[in-house]
Amino acid sequence: MRSGWLDDVPQRGLVLLLLLLFALILLPAFANDYLITVLILILYFAYVGQAWNLMMGLAGQLSLGHALYVGLGAYAAAALYVHFGVSPWIGLWASLAIAAAAGGAIGFLAFRFGVAGVYFAILTIAFAEFARLAFDHWSWVGGSAGFFLPVANYARNDLLNLRGSPTMFYYLLLAMTAGAFVLCHALLRSRAGYYWLAIRESPDAAQALGIDLFRYRMYVVVLSAAMTSLGGVVFAFYYNNLFPEQVFHISRSIELILAPIIGGIGTLFGPIVGAFLLTTLAEGLDEIMRAIGLDVPGVKQIFYGLCLLIVVMFLPHGVWPPLAKALRLDGEPSKDHSGC
Amino acid sequence: MPALLEISGVSKSFSGLKAVQQASFNVPEGEIVGLIGPNGAGKTTCFNLVAGVYRPDAGEIRLAGRRIDGWRPDQICRAGVGRTFQLVKPFAGLSVLENVVVGALNQSPSVRAAKEISARVIEQLELKAKQHEPAGALTLPDRKRLEVARALATGPRILLLDEVMAGLRPTETDRMVALFKDLNARLGLTILMIEHVMRAVMALSRHVVVLHHGQIIAAGTPAEVTRNPAVLECYLGEDQL
Repeated sequence: MRSGWLDDVPQRGLVLLLLLLFALILLPAFANDYLITVLILILYFAYVGQAWNLMMGLAGQLSLGHALYVGLGAYAAAALYVHFGVSPWIGLWASLAIAAAAGGAIGFLAFRFGVAGVYFAILTIAFAEFARLAFDHWSWVGGSAGFFLPVANYARNDLLNLRGSPTMFYYLLLAMTAGAFVLCHALLRSRAGYYWLAIRESPDAAQALGIDLFRYRMYVVVLSAAMTSLGGVVFAFYYNNLFPEQVFHISRSIELILAPIIGGIGTLFGPIVGAFLLTTLAEGLDEIMRAIGLDVPGVKQIFYGLCLLIVVMFLPHGVWPPLAKALRLDGEPSKDHSGC
Repeated sequence: MPALLEISGVSKSFSGLKAVQQASFNVPEGEIVGLIGPNGAGKTTCFNLVAGVYRPDAGEIRLAGRRIDGWRPDQICRAGVGRTFQLVKPFAGLSVLENVVVGALNQSPSVRAAKEISARVIEQLELKAKQHEPAGALTLPDRKRLEVARALATGPRILLLDEVMAGLRPTETDRMVALFKDLNARLGLTILMIEHVMRAVMALSRHVVVLHHGQIIAAGTPAEVTRNPAVLECYLGEDQL
């Protein structure tokens, strides 16, 4: 991964990017409700995948507990809305703050006491599990029985309170995904971006070059946590129900990291491409299974797993790097050889 | 005026093994000092103590009069100590240029300025043709050069070189020697170097410190040191120089 590679992307690359954005903006006019819900899923995974990618792909800090930040963001904004009638646009600041604080607490514990690598990953799982158990028993937000937002009728979109049609959520997520892309692109070209890449490649060498490891690791964890929490806010207001057993579950943390892994860790397009492929694959398999009458539970999961296996085996750096080469959009002389 | 780097009575043990014992020597501003000794003498430990990787069990290390022992490596780098690693640690997935930019960002928070600094350093170390190649694809001599380039890009007052000549061909060694001579003469860069390639030590250092079993057994000009019986016995005798 070469930082700042949009510098070298040929003009037509930018044109393609804008065309893609334009197509996505126009799409709802031609898509049916089902397609919109699939697109929402794609954009949701692209967004939270990008947030996770910032931490793992750029700075090499493996989090397997990102569901924690989704959940905290979701519950914070939802609780403020349900109990106090606070608009999610204000509530999201609470989500950001709480998730950032949680990320900061995990980061502080890990980086102050030298918990690194897989041990760091275990710590992130532990915190997500703490949260799951705590929310299970916290009756103010419904406990294990779940927390529900009043369901709107879709006569009119209320953007202020995020009550409305899937199309509204589609545009919201599209804006967030585009925003995350632009933010990550800018970060990658900044001093912090270079420092994160250096820490990912070799913490010892990075430190010897004057990089305060603790500080820059804290920055990336807090930033990634905060970004992820916004995905949680949308999640809460789109689905209107939150169950600790589901929201904070480790399967959610895993689900969220698949898109960047399949798309290409440490690349800006990876999470987007990965989310598109995986969601399409999952939905497509549903259709195919139904069409051939193979509606046995578990068969879909097996095929899904096989597809992941094939991608990981044959494209260990993800789908995006070879795709970029094929589209001649890579323009980057150096490639990620770290294998992570 | 005190020496730029003062090491006084520094000791470090690793679970009973006394890696460095009561070592004291100075590196005056603008000098090139060689640190030599047989394998396992404690040279790299000495470097790691100065660079902050280890905290000394006893003794003091001062940079321009200020105590730096016990500081973290990044703080020591920011204070003006650049170091290379004997076992090179390139950022393998990043290009040569990006590697050097990471170092240069220590001098300037602006990426644009850091790139300009890096371009100069890359030119000096003859890496320009390979600047867009991933560092992981470089040959060992080029990786050694990259180590030097990165450390140099941090804008150090003193450069710690840990066997950067090892594995280079004689002509490459001569080019590297010429580079350090030039940096020393033109910019007044102070250098402390661990080196086994005596050709380089003799050409560069006016002052040599000899370490054996963690203790300094001799110090002086290269000519003096190579005549010292204790040195001949422990080091030159064994290594058939």
